Amino acid sequence: MDLAFTKEEQAFREEVRSFFRDNVPPDTRRKLVEGRHLSKDEMVTWWRILNKKGWGVSHWPKQYGGTGWTSVQHYIFNEELQSYPAPQPLAFGVSMVGPVIYTFGNEEQKKQYLPRIANVDDWWCQGFSEPGSGSDLASLKTKAERKGDKWIINGQKTWTTLAQHADMIFCLCRTDNNAKKQMGISFIVFSMKSKGVTVRPIQTIDGGIEVNEVFFDDVEVPIENLIGEENKGWDYAKFLLGNERTGIARVGVSKERLRRIRDLASKVESAGKPIIQDAAFRDKLAACEIELKALELTQLRVVADEGKHGKGKPNPASSVLKIKGSDIQQTTTELLMEVIGPFAAPYDVHGDDGSNEAMDWTAQIAPSYFNNRKVSIYGGSNEIQRNIIAKAVLGL
Amino acid sequence: MDFDLNEEQRLLKDSIDGLLTDSYDFERRKTYMKEKGGWSKAVWGKLAEQGLLGLPFAEADGGFGGGGVETMIVMEALGKALVLEPYLATVVIGGGFLRHAGSDAQKAAHVPGIVDGSKTLAFAQLEKNSRYDLFDVTTTAKKKGDGWVIDGEKFVVLNGENADTLIVTARTKGDRRDKSGIGVFLVPTDAKGVTKKSYPTQDGLHAADITFTGVEVGADAALGNPDDSLALIERVVDEARIALCAEAVGLMDESLKTTVEYLKTRKQFGVAIGSFQSLQHRASDMFVAAEQARSMSMFATMAGDFEDAKERSNAIAAAKVQIGKSLKFVGQQAIQLHGGIGMTMEAKIGHYFKRLTMIENSFGDTDYHLRRVADGGGLV
Repeated sequence: MDLAFTKEEQAFREEVRSFFRDNVPPDTRRKLVEGRHLSKDEMVTWWRILNKKGWGVSHWPKQYGGTGWTSVQHYIFNEELQSYPAPQPLAFGVSMVGPVIYTFGNEEQKKQYLPRIANVDDWWCQGFSEPGSGSDLASLKTKAERKGDKWIINGQKTWTTLAQHADMIFCLCRTDNNAKKQMGISFIVFSMKSKGVTVRPIQTIDGGIEVNEVFFDDVEVPIENLIGEENKGWDYAKFLLGNERTGIARVGVSKERLRRIRDLASKVESAGKPIIQDAAFRDKLAACEIELKALELTQLRVVADEGKHGKGKPNPASSVLKIKGSDIQQTTTELLMEVIGPFAAPYDVHGDDGSNEAMDWTAQIAPSYFNNRKVSIYGGSNEIQRNIIAKAVLGL
Repeated sequence: MDFDLNEEQRLLKDSIDGLLTDSYDFERRKTYMKEKGGWSKAVWGKLAEQGLLGLPFAEADGGFGGGGVETMIVMEALGKALVLEPYLATVVIGGGFLRHAGSDAQKAAHVPGIVDGSKTLAFAQLEKNSRYDLFDVTTTAKKKGDGWVIDGEKFVVLNGENADTLIVTARTKGDRRDKSGIGVFLVPTDAKGVTKKSYPTQDGLHAADITFTGVEVGADAALGNPDDSLALIERVVDEARIALCAEAVGLMDESLKTTVEYLKTRKQFGVAIGSFQSLQHRASDMFVAAEQARSMSMFATMAGDFEDAKERSNAIAAAKVQIGKSLKFVGQQAIQLHGGIGMTMEAKIGHYFKRLTMIENSFGDTDYHLRRVADGGGLV
């Protein structure tokens, strides 16, 4: 047992950190620190910088542009990226559809899609959830019917994150109505520019627009856009969801936010002195930091285990990471609310024009608190994660 | 970055788990509890035979040169089996003082008896009003000739009833809460002027309140610098905290396992109660709490070797906070999920709950350590 990073790993951390320092556009970083939404341009610009460096799809196999890093190196990279902070790679392309394509796709599909995912020439979105299929994903109804050399797609997806920017969608569609619900699903990709695709934004309680409804009305898709085998889509979806197992804890994000809380709490006054000097507040902050340290180590245990024994099957420990990781993210946003106090109330009256530097940092704190309620809901709600632990770990 | 045990450590784990499986079930524990002092000499002898009592001592001193990970393995196993024997008091704490501050002569006088199981120790530190502050000491050690005269009262001295030698914190200089002027002394339990009031503790162990009245000890009684040993005390108590974290992890593992077995076998409304989602979720939360505790126990074990005392104690305090939170949740929910049977002295789960609860109140509780971390500038 040795929980220290090796000299090489520490050097790697330095290398990554200094690359971020030199290359992340300062305004992009500031917006992330303040919890603001980035424009499509800002995100794509950064991802292309990352891709140019060869780190855009770091965890892919080397032959498709990956880095060949160890599990620990990936962990360090992600932590540094999240805590700098810089925008994380677009998960829908890089972590989700990319691995499905290089694992189950044919050579033609690999050649066609993978380089464009890496460089974000195509912005991908995820067509999984439907109005009637949240946690019970396999009950989905969107239909793909085969007609000659085309799929005809009809139905509706929802909670489609950043679909307003998307060029491509990967979609779970029902291709066999008679099979058991998991068995009749196929994994089909197509252009969001196709005729019959309509995107309707959903405004969330923070006022932002991240998610959308997407409607398919007789959308024609070439037959070769099926990934893998027909009616095996559920397997690919499970593969996809189990693939991103440790990033979900978002330890780096919480670390960055805790640093910010410390910083703000040393400036904002309560009872005539900085709120950081209030013992009760400080206890709460320390309690959150300790939870995060425990989570970081739990995550490293999973990372080290993967490094040693390979990835293999989805590890139920990822449910622990999801539950605690979302708890802690939510706690950090609560602590920010506590720091800001009555100035949580004003809606973003100043905008982001830099006209009121003293107040700009306050604008996104309440929205970020509201927005972060999502983290215990998405990606398999925390209740679903508890079901998984009960079943897969405890055998209940 | 490596969380696995090496080959030797795995063997150690197998051997102690095997020993305790053979000699330590809940029924036998009840008979051990009735022996004089409240634990089994025979089991203690077996621990000695397997070399576990000499584990942390240097080979030159007759030990096996084990480190923090080895102690963690042993404490986890002792927790899992709810062991009564005074490993913490004798090997971890008593042994810790001897390892860190014992002169060659002191080690020669005490280590062999620990290693072969013939002698046990106890740590007489807690005072009426000291609570968790290790520097809050009113017991005095006054110089007399080459030696000292010790006067004062110590409370809840675990294994105080049985120990051959007491390790006593006493003030040689200064006032009650001064951080300097504190010494550590080896005092034979049968020394003139030592009186004990023994009693069982809530978790089935035994302790004693001990009064020292003009107890005379020789020049060789002081461990380390008799005028300035707070750093030594903190170091050894930190090691005790690490050991308690590991013991608590073992206790939580077994509590969870026992509870899950109960959920699978107890039937109500014609089905196993483990089929009810509210109970499944509670058990899942217990699992999460236990895993977080395990991570911090490992962290604390590694921190035991940190050179920087502040960094070390900060990390260990953080671990004790996590353990405290986790053990309270796991312990309480284990009782809740057992229902009425969990309330009975007859069921083993309640005894795990009680030991976990006493660990929370040993060497600083969650609030105490949380405040230490908070005052020390946090953990990020």
